[in-house]
Amino acid sequence: MAEVLVLVDHVDGTVRKTTAELLTAAARLGEPSAVFVGTGFETAKDALAQYGAAKVYRVEDPAVTDHLVAPTAEVLAQLVGQASPAAVLLPSSAEGKEIAARLAIKTESGLVTDATDVQPGEGGGVKTVQSVFAGSYTVTTSVTKGSPIVTVKPNSIPVQEAAGAAADESVTVALSDLATAAKIVDRKEKAASGRPQLTEAAIVVSGGRGTGGDFGPVEQFADSLGAAVGASRAAVDAGWYPHSSQVGQTGVQVSPQLYVAAGISGAIQHRAGMQTSKTIVAVNKDPEAPIFELVDFGVVGDLFQVLPQATTEVQARKG
Amino acid sequence: MNIVVCVKYVPDAQSDRSFKADNTTDREAVDGLLSELDEYAVEAALALNEAGDGGEVTVLTMGPEDAADAIKKGLQMGADKGVHVLDDAIAGSDAVASSLVLAEAIKKLGEIDLVITGLASTDAAMSVVPAMLAERLGLPQVTFASELTVEGGTARIRRDGDTASETIEASLPAVVSVTDQINEPRYPSFKGIMAAKKKPVETWGLGDLGVDASQVGLDAAWTKVESVEQRPPRSKGEVVTDEGEGGKALAEFLASRKFV
Repeated sequence: MAEVLVLVDHVDGTVRKTTAELLTAAARLGEPSAVFVGTGFETAKDALAQYGAAKVYRVEDPAVTDHLVAPTAEVLAQLVGQASPAAVLLPSSAEGKEIAARLAIKTESGLVTDATDVQPGEGGGVKTVQSVFAGSYTVTTSVTKGSPIVTVKPNSIPVQEAAGAAADESVTVALSDLATAAKIVDRKEKAASGRPQLTEAAIVVSGGRGTGGDFGPVEQFADSLGAAVGASRAAVDAGWYPHSSQVGQTGVQVSPQLYVAAGISGAIQHRAGMQTSKTIVAVNKDPEAPIFELVDFGVVGDLFQVLPQATTEVQARKG
Repeated sequence: MNIVVCVKYVPDAQSDRSFKADNTTDREAVDGLLSELDEYAVEAALALNEAGDGGEVTVLTMGPEDAADAIKKGLQMGADKGVHVLDDAIAGSDAVASSLVLAEAIKKLGEIDLVITGLASTDAAMSVVPAMLAERLGLPQVTFASELTVEGGTARIRRDGDTASETIEASLPAVVSVTDQINEPRYPSFKGIMAAKKKPVETWGLGDLGVDASQVGLDAAWTKVESVEQRPPRSKGEVVTDEGEGGKALAEFLASRKFV
C-alpha cells in the first residue's frame, strides 16, 4: 500500500487536533506516514501512533523551523521523491497552504486547498470536496497529477483512532540557499487564553458590534460551554478584540459543531468564515439582521440580557 | 524602489456569484471589481515609495478585457503604469498556471525590488499564488505581512499566526503579501482619476512571455472540477423574541441538541 504523507501540526510536540483528522483521512488513501518537523518528537510520538501513523519522518534541523515555509516545502519534496506517496495532506493554515503551494510547483502535483472531505478517486488519485463562495456552493474535484496535495480544513474529518507503529525515521535534509532566504528573527508566542483554539474548537461564541466593546457576557457564555471566543471584523476594527480572533473572509474560517453569533449582523464577509458550521445560533437586537436567515435558533433581544441568563441556565443544567 | 503589485479582477462578493457550464467561475454574469484585498497591496507599494526614495509602481493583472478595470483602479490610487496579460488561452487557468503567467510577466518587467500581493483573492481565496511566485522566481517569500518596512535592502514583516506573532526578514528582491491589517487604502482623488487616464498600460499576450498556450487554461489544470452544486439555502430555524425568557429558551435549544 502506498504511503500518504501527513505534515504534523504541533507546538513543541503537542500535536494539534487537525493532525488526528489528517491521519484519519490519510488512512482512507493508503498507509499514513507522519512528517514531524521541529522539536518535541518524544511528546508527539504517542499521539501519532494513536491515530495510525505507521511511520514518522523526523526532521530536527533547526534551520527548517527558523525560516518561513520554504524549507518545509523542500523537506516534503525530498520525501515525495523518495516515497512517491499516494497523496500529501496538510492542515489548511496559512503555513500549510503556502507549503502546499510550493510543493505543488516543485513536484508538479495537483493542489486543492481548504478541502472539507478527502476520499480515494474512482480511477486513482484523490477526490476532494470544498465549500466556496461563502458556503453557497459545494465543489467536487479530482486530483490525479503527481502526488495529489490537499490541505484540509480543521473540524472536517471525524477522528478515528487506529493503532500505528509510529516507526521513527530520522531524515537529513540539505536545504538550498533559497529555502533559508526568509529568516524568522523573532517569535512571540501568544498568551494562552485557557480556551480552545478557535479553528479547532467544537463550539465558537463570537461577539460583534452589538457588544459595544464589552465582551464579558460573550466570554462567560463561551466558558459555560467550553467554547472558543471569536469576533466580527467590526469588533476587531474597533479594537475591542484581537485580530487573531476575527472570524470571516479576512480572518479565521471556522467550522464548529455549534456557532453562536452575538451582536453580529451577518455580513457576507462574516458568513464566509462561519457558514459551514453545523449548527448556528444568533442573538441580535435587530430582527432584520441577515444572520437570522442562517440560524437553527435565534433570539431577537439584547445580548446583555439573553447571554447572562443563558449562561446561568447552562451552568445549572451542567450542575 | 521598483515594485510590481499583482492584482485580480473578481466578481463582486455582494452579488450572486455562480459557475459556468464548464465549472469555471462565471466572470461575465455579475459585476467585477479590483479584489478588495488587493487595495492593501497597492497602498503598501505607494506608501513605501512615498516614504522612501521614490521609484515606479507597476500594477500587473491577467484576465479578460474587463480586468483592465482592476488596473485602472490601481492607477487611480497612484500607481505609475499597468500591465495586462490578455489572452484567450488563459481562461480557466488555475493557481498553478496563473503563477506561471504572472512570474513570466514579472521577469519581463526587468529589475524589480519587490513583488507585492494581497493576502487572498476574494473569489477563489486560496492564498497560494504569492508562495508559488516566490518558488517560480527563486525569491524569498515574506508573506501575510501585517507590518512591512524596507531598510538597507532588507524587507522586514510582522506575521501574525494563531499561536505566535513572528518577525521575518529577507533581502530584496522579495515577494511580499500583505493583510488587511497593514494600512488603510486611500480612495482615488479627483486628480488621481484624471491622471490615471494618461498613464501607460501595456497589453501582453502569452507569446510575449514565452508561455505556450498548452501550459495554461482549463485543460492544463492539474486538478479537475467534477461538479459544482449550489447548496440549498440553510432553512431558517426558530427565531424567538426575548420577553424575559430568551436566555432560557436558548439554553433549552442547546440542551435539545446535546451541546449542554
